[in-house]
Amino acid sequence: MIPLSGDLPSAKGKRSERVGAFSTVRGTSTLKRGFAHMLKNGVVMDVTTVEQAQIAEEAGAVSVMVLDKLPSDVRKAGGVARTASIRVIQEIMDAVTIPVMAKCRIGHVYEARVLEETNVDMIDESEVLTPVDETHHIWKWDYTTPFVNGARSLAEALRRIEEGAAMIRTKGEPGTGNVAEAVTHIKKVNDELRLIKSVYDSGDHQDLVRIAREFKVSYDLVEQTARIGRLPVVNFAAGGIATPADAAYLMSLGCDGIFVGSGIFKAEDAKERARAIVLATTFWEDADKVKEAQRMIDERQSMLGLDVKNLELRMQERGSTA
Amino acid sequence: MSVNIGVLGMQGDVAENIAATRAALGRAGIKGTVRQVKTPSEISKLDALILPGGESTMMGQMSLVNGAIKTIKDKIQKGMPVFGICAGLILLSKNAKDRIVGKMDQPLLELLDVRVERNAFGRQRDSFEAEITAQPIGIPKSRGVFIRAPSIEGIGKDVQTVSKFNEKVVAVKQGNILGVAFHPELTGDVSWHRYFVSMIKPQNNQKQQNQKPKQNNQKPKQQNSKPKPQNNKK
Repeated sequence: MIPLSGDLPSAKGKRSERVGAFSTVRGTSTLKRGFAHMLKNGVVMDVTTVEQAQIAEEAGAVSVMVLDKLPSDVRKAGGVARTASIRVIQEIMDAVTIPVMAKCRIGHVYEARVLEETNVDMIDESEVLTPVDETHHIWKWDYTTPFVNGARSLAEALRRIEEGAAMIRTKGEPGTGNVAEAVTHIKKVNDELRLIKSVYDSGDHQDLVRIAREFKVSYDLVEQTARIGRLPVVNFAAGGIATPADAAYLMSLGCDGIFVGSGIFKAEDAKERARAIVLATTFWEDADKVKEAQRMIDERQSMLGLDVKNLELRMQERGSTA
Repeated sequence: MSVNIGVLGMQGDVAENIAATRAALGRAGIKGTVRQVKTPSEISKLDALILPGGESTMMGQMSLVNGAIKTIKDKIQKGMPVFGICAGLILLSKNAKDRIVGKMDQPLLELLDVRVERNAFGRQRDSFEAEITAQPIGIPKSRGVFIRAPSIEGIGKDVQTVSKFNEKVVAVKQGNILGVAFHPELTGDVSWHRYFVSMIKPQNNQKQQNQKPKQNNQKPKQQNSKPKPQNNKK
């Protein structure tokens, strides 16, 4: 079980209000992390238009992520990638009933503010866009809207959680159609979780302190994570997922759900593929059902994909040292 | 007796509901199993079902794909207790529309005689916590966690209002159906799940004087009191 505690007492994003005879509070950890819990076992799909968002909703996506360009197009276009047009985000929010997320640049406090005021349901502080501050991520406790962040190691994930992220996803290597890096990242996180759990179980607190220093996070967060043996927030897979089998494989590695970026709308069979990836994510334990899902797509219509070894731009490295 | 409770496991906060239900069974002194269910054959063996929080469009579509929706509907019509939470409440309803988008073409069970307004309190930034009360089922105080929550309107004559937030109905009961707009499974307080497990009728215990639902106004305060008499006699 994932705990929902972990509030920062001074979190500015928490808002108390009176509504009629009731006193209410918004922006608590329970509400932010709880929102991510409602997405579990689901697929979040990257979209750039209202039509794509509607296809995603009809296919059974649990949420859509609005971008100006799909990650593989960001890669091709080069230049500076920024948050999507607010008008497009609003049109999509008015057209679908599922939650709508949007990306802001790493460290861009005001892109995040603009997205919060736009009323998106979750903000992805994302390495797909061009970072503005590699040493300071956004202090996410200041927002009422929850955030998701990418991570490729346990240390990175815990640093983001300490900054107030309500959800974590692997970074993978976005826009490549190559799931290799996402697999590497989740396996690394899993290995590190096993390690700190064994240290916790051995009762060696000195070593936990050493790990906390190495990770550059507080001891309390390391101890909590080590005790439960998993990330204390929902953890999704992202980066390079292109087929139902990719999604099912990542679910089997212990991911709580799936983000698909370019994999669906860069394919020629987007509609079938969207549904097939949802089916494979829902029924990943049943290999026959995953086969049925995989049969719904045509490999000749998959995005071509990129070999991760020869990339000029490795998005996953953005913001990972801070 | 031992009860077999399932949590529909297409998507959403399944683990949280399993944990809350197990704790509730423990408190009530009822023996039973609680597990995630997806297939019609798993669902057909259940004594009670929880439809958890998540996205109702997705859960409805996946339940349609594998035929679970039909089994669920049959079982509820035959009297199986069901607890719909947020998305689960939407799935149970006869009618659902989104506050902004309007009427959606989404699969519903159409058993609970209400009209549900989806995202009635706004988007995620407007999600809130508030203390609510449910006197009709003996829950004097409970922390309501409302996440992009729906509200309940157009209530049919057989539907009992169980809880309100600021004039909006947020919990209802109709015979064997319990529906809430908020998330008791995220609070650590298992009184809602405990009330739900008390709705499960013992199958192999014949003399049931106390079976009328109205009798269930047990006082939640008595923590270490004996479990409810009708449920175990060992």
